[in-house]
Amino acid sequence: MTIKQLSIFIENKSGTLINVLDLLSKAGIQIIASTIADTKDYGIYRILCDNPAQAYIILKESGINVQLSDVIALSIDDAPGRAAAAIKQISDAGVSILYLYSFLWKSKGVLVFRTDQSEKAKETIMLNKMNFLTEEDFR
Amino acid sequence: MDDKSPYLHPQYETLSREELNKLQLERLQATVKHCMNSAFYKARFEEAGLKPEDIKSLDDIRKIPFTTKQDLRETYPFGMASVPLRQCVRLHSSSGTTGNPTVILHTQKDLDEWANAIARCLWMVGLRPDDVFQNSSGYGMFTGGLGFQYGAERLGALTVPAAAGNSLRQIKFIKDFGTTAIHAVPSYVTRLYEVMQETGVDPRKDTKLKVLAIGAEPHSEEQRKRIEQMLGVKAYNSFGMSEMCGPGVAFECQEQNGLHFWEDYYIVEIVDPETLEPVPDGEIGELVLTTLNREAMPLLRYRTRDLTRVLGRTCPCGRNHVRLDRMRGRSDDMMVLRGVNIFPIQIEKILMQFKELANNYLITLTTDDDNDNMTVEVELEELFTDDFQRLLALEKDIKRRLKDEILLTPHVKLVPKGTLPVSEGKAVRVIDKRKVYQ
Repeated sequence: MTIKQLSIFIENKSGTLINVLDLLSKAGIQIIASTIADTKDYGIYRILCDNPAQAYIILKESGINVQLSDVIALSIDDAPGRAAAAIKQISDAGVSILYLYSFLWKSKGVLVFRTDQSEKAKETIMLNKMNFLTEEDFR
Repeated sequence: MDDKSPYLHPQYETLSREELNKLQLERLQATVKHCMNSAFYKARFEEAGLKPEDIKSLDDIRKIPFTTKQDLRETYPFGMASVPLRQCVRLHSSSGTTGNPTVILHTQKDLDEWANAIARCLWMVGLRPDDVFQNSSGYGMFTGGLGFQYGAERLGALTVPAAAGNSLRQIKFIKDFGTTAIHAVPSYVTRLYEVMQETGVDPRKDTKLKVLAIGAEPHSEEQRKRIEQMLGVKAYNSFGMSEMCGPGVAFECQEQNGLHFWEDYYIVEIVDPETLEPVPDGEIGELVLTTLNREAMPLLRYRTRDLTRVLGRTCPCGRNHVRLDRMRGRSDDMMVLRGVNIFPIQIEKILMQFKELANNYLITLTTDDDNDNMTVEVELEELFTDDFQRLLALEKDIKRRLKDEILLTPHVKLVPKGTLPVSEGKAVRVIDKRKVYQ
């Protein structure tokens, strides 16, 4: 149920993103969605792409601090209130979310989040018959 | 020389303490006499009311005034020579960041003795004529280049003057030439290992490396161990300084229990840097060296500014040449921050204990609102989480451990791998931007 996301440790400095994006583009990796979270000193650049395993190797070999993280991607209808409903179901089950971001994909909404309680999250998603995406969906 | 002998120069290496002292006194008296050919020392002795004949015992060395780096600068370039320039065949010079550079002159005999000393060091750690020695150290004025070149050749090893930099070519040489030993600064060895990893070279399987000589850059025991584990070799600490020719002053034997200073070449004193009085064995003080067989430019009681201590005067290896601790810092790179004395090596030692961290770090001292602060930037080895909380927890943990060691809390900043400057010469570890030094 989880999919692999690239998490990249970057400096808060101009030019650092270009380096990562160049490497991915040269390898023909397609980025599906990306987001940056930052503190004063550094940031974590999170990327969903069509081939996370290959992207990971490319970045790693270039000496970049990168990790493959397991995240959950829920598919919801592109309509008002659907995200709120999905999050409510997750949080009602007592699953805490470390971070979350969303985007539109093939006219559906996608909610991506990470949790330390992935078993509980999976259970909740199954019981509530929520739709989720797999890595296959992004290939 | 028999390859099986552990000693290249058994006639000097295995002398008893008594024999060493006897040899030292003879050489000291000859050196002092020879120094009277130098305008600088002649004047120094006259000022002190001292005559060469006054040196009757080794203890009498304490009557001789110290020589400092400042003296070398003031006599730049040739004012300290004890022979006419036409007898000199080489000079080395150190960079002068704070005034004149320093110049060291050599006669042919000086160069021969220097090569002998380095050959002795390399033999001691197991090198023999069938070894392949790659010298990945800067050449030119940097004495680690030509010094090890001539020393390894003197020993009879096949010697590759690879110089520093161009890591891919270095690794190709290591593989193609069957390099068994490398000399480099420790930060560059780490760099080589990183490039090996990036290019899929396993040092244990794909190379014949067995010995590393590392030096010229202060490093901790933790860093040495890390380097040994990386490459699967023994790494021996090398000590030298341009004022004393360069490398070959002292080296670790295979016991790895301190640096043997060659007492047939040097008289070693450890003094309190404040009072300049000798400190007892085991106590940290400033290393003071007197050259015993230099022709062109002997130096008497040269204050090295390196801080170390005597570990012992005997060794299971059979050499009685005094064993000193690795350099614990320099009396002039000691940082004084809010009244606390701190050595960069203390910080390195703590950082090396975190497996999450890479080897590269940078200490910056600043004055903010009239408070002196220290920022320690350190590279992350692996991104082990994508959770900020855990990164912040790591920073906090590093801060706490640093505080236990240096008694004040620095700012700690994690930075991505490869973002701190890596010099292929000496790594810059401290930047002091404080007002008081501006």
